[in-house]
Amino acid sequence: MTQQDVTRLQGIFGRNPREPGSLIAVLQDIQREFHYLPREALSETAKALEVPLSKVYSAATFYSAFSLTPRGENIIRVCKGTACHIKGADLLLDQLESGLGIKPGETTPDLKYTIEVVNCVGACAMAPVMIVNAKYHGNVPCNRALRLVKKA
Amino acid sequence: MRIDSVDKLNHWREKCLKKRAAQKRKVLVCLGPGCLASGSDEILGELKKILSEKKIKGVSVESIKKTGCHGLCARGPLVVIEPEGIFYSRVKKSNVAEIVETTLEKGELVEKLLYKDPSDEQTIVDYKKIPFYARQQRISLRNVGQIDPDDIDDYIASGGYSALARALNGMKPQEVIDEISRSGLRGRGGGGFPTGRKWATCAGIDSDIRYVLCNGDEGDPGAFMDRCIMEGDPHSVLEGMIICAYAVGSREGYIYVREEYPLAVVNLQKAIDAAHERGLLGENIMGSGFTYDARISRGGGAFVCGESSALMKSVAGEIGEPRAKYIRSVVRGLHDKPTVLNNVETFATVPVIINKGGDWFASIGTETSTGTKAFSLAGKVCNTGLIEVPMGISLREIIYDIGGGIPEGREFKAVQTGGPSGGCLPADKLNLPVDFDTLTEAGSMMGSGGMIVMDNRTCMVDVARYFLNFLVSESCGKCVPCREGLYQLHGLCVKICEGKAVEESLALMERLSKVIQTASLCGLGQSGPNPFVSTVSYFRDEYLAHIRDEKCPAGICRDLITYTINDKCTGCLACIEVCPVDAITGEKKIKHVLDQEKCTQCGSCYAVCKFEAVDIE
Repeated sequence: MTQQDVTRLQGIFGRNPREPGSLIAVLQDIQREFHYLPREALSETAKALEVPLSKVYSAATFYSAFSLTPRGENIIRVCKGTACHIKGADLLLDQLESGLGIKPGETTPDLKYTIEVVNCVGACAMAPVMIVNAKYHGNVPCNRALRLVKKA
Repeated sequence: MRIDSVDKLNHWREKCLKKRAAQKRKVLVCLGPGCLASGSDEILGELKKILSEKKIKGVSVESIKKTGCHGLCARGPLVVIEPEGIFYSRVKKSNVAEIVETTLEKGELVEKLLYKDPSDEQTIVDYKKIPFYARQQRISLRNVGQIDPDDIDDYIASGGYSALARALNGMKPQEVIDEISRSGLRGRGGGGFPTGRKWATCAGIDSDIRYVLCNGDEGDPGAFMDRCIMEGDPHSVLEGMIICAYAVGSREGYIYVREEYPLAVVNLQKAIDAAHERGLLGENIMGSGFTYDARISRGGGAFVCGESSALMKSVAGEIGEPRAKYIRSVVRGLHDKPTVLNNVETFATVPVIINKGGDWFASIGTETSTGTKAFSLAGKVCNTGLIEVPMGISLREIIYDIGGGIPEGREFKAVQTGGPSGGCLPADKLNLPVDFDTLTEAGSMMGSGGMIVMDNRTCMVDVARYFLNFLVSESCGKCVPCREGLYQLHGLCVKICEGKAVEESLALMERLSKVIQTASLCGLGQSGPNPFVSTVSYFRDEYLAHIRDEKCPAGICRDLITYTINDKCTGCLACIEVCPVDAITGEKKIKHVLDQEKCTQCGSCYAVCKFEAVDIE
């Protein structure tokens, strides 16, 4: 970790009460700032909140919002809620997987794209839905998926 | 301006109403999840730009109101012009200038953007007359799509916080509980537990600290009612929570919002800050001496955290594993203190009950399921969107009269209610009244309100496999029946989808389902087998077709189908472009050829073909 990273981390610890109950909130803040949970950040969190590292690791792997590996510059989230599933979310995934050469949960080697599958984003009326970074795309035809991603 | 008495609230409301009356026209732009996904944020930007440059009598930038979900997402992006209720649908950025010129300046209609009824091609101007809206009754969604969620004064102008004023000044806590009990309100999160009884239990326990929590962890895939309420009318949730806190004697609480709803977090936080500023939340609310504060707790993306004891663990900063509930969480909840946990929609309903009375609410709906219920209508139905209807309405009325039936002239096959804990109901159950008890008897459940319509291009075995896969990955792993049982059940279901199962599998799966239902620790496991149990009981033939004939009648299960290109092919290249494995070859205007060796049966070619040139067998 660079000195700058350590400062950022200290900032996160400063914003949250230093107690075991802040664990999830602290991890969420780290995830948001670093886009993943670096190994050193986990051990620093354990020290700062006085919880065993095993507990930090347990929380970091229990919740799907956390990632232990670096993620891409562009996060592509494909919704696999029920409505999206029956309206062809798998076809979108097929396109993205073959187009980017990665599976859901993986990041391209150049750290440009990460594909994630989410259970439901609550935009079911516009299924199938894909979110590129923060932008929602509804009723996505499978042949447009890759183009929408490349445009981001 | 701090509101420190009931009189001040009334005075302030008058002022807000007057200010709003001065604006003759209101232009409501829907920023609900559906419209946002079709680009309504761009429309809002364009509208703001044009109106800030143009001078029109009675219309200004202040006339623009960004609202939460208006409901008819299928036709989004939606723009509604009040007071007439002119309903413009499928608005594009390029239409905005025309709306401003024609409607706002000249007072005329932009015909091409008006709603046309698909049945008779009649144009309907006022949205309240569109069948989708006309048959609804909105209580919990009363303000969603009507007010600006970021503007507390908009909420106050529409009668907001008057129920809280009524409760704090003139009602004893017990009277509030009695009113809620009289209304017959049952928990909208899916359990259907009587809200009044829950509050009474909590209030009756001797404790120095009690918590009031709101469950905004709307995890059921296919449900987005709570999202729309949190984003579109956050103050109604807060008001309901404060009233509850007063009734049970709580001073603090949390709103637990799922990770996937970032906008809900933002809007709720704005609402909390605004309510603080107005003196409607925090110390000495409305000068009554009563104190309650609520904070947001963000979820971490775990479905099981919608379960009460898991949610409370998560709020406390631990991993969300449920506990055995010999003692209910209302008795021993957050930090082992008595805790009321209600769902978003439940809290949003509370202020209306306090204002209009429990008897009024109980007069709507059925005897055991009173009031109205919000549903999100999605899947293979024409009018996908957000609705609220009186309990007891039939599934048919929801799907056909409000939902407009099945698109592309296809046949209705099933409706899935209750998310992963619910089930699929076939066509002969369409006349069932929608209430807590009837849906449970029929092998599904009300759940939180997701309603997904399926047509004959949906494979029911695949649907069961989908839900089981979801539950396997969301099982917290604490108890064996759920962790291992669902895993095995899913494995057997996959085998059926692959055509590798034997008929005895079904009996084994049914036995296994009983074990999981009986022996699991929490609701996730106990209801986990439901998607399989309901589909196998109503669509057994479809399961048998997969097993005996190794055929998927709906043409979905990839291992059991083949795609071929027929003579209708015009050689348009669309399928070649989309095929992820390059299995299709050919040239322009010449019939394409599909290489079965390479084909993975994904169906992308079928999805893009405009000439019905791809057959499924």
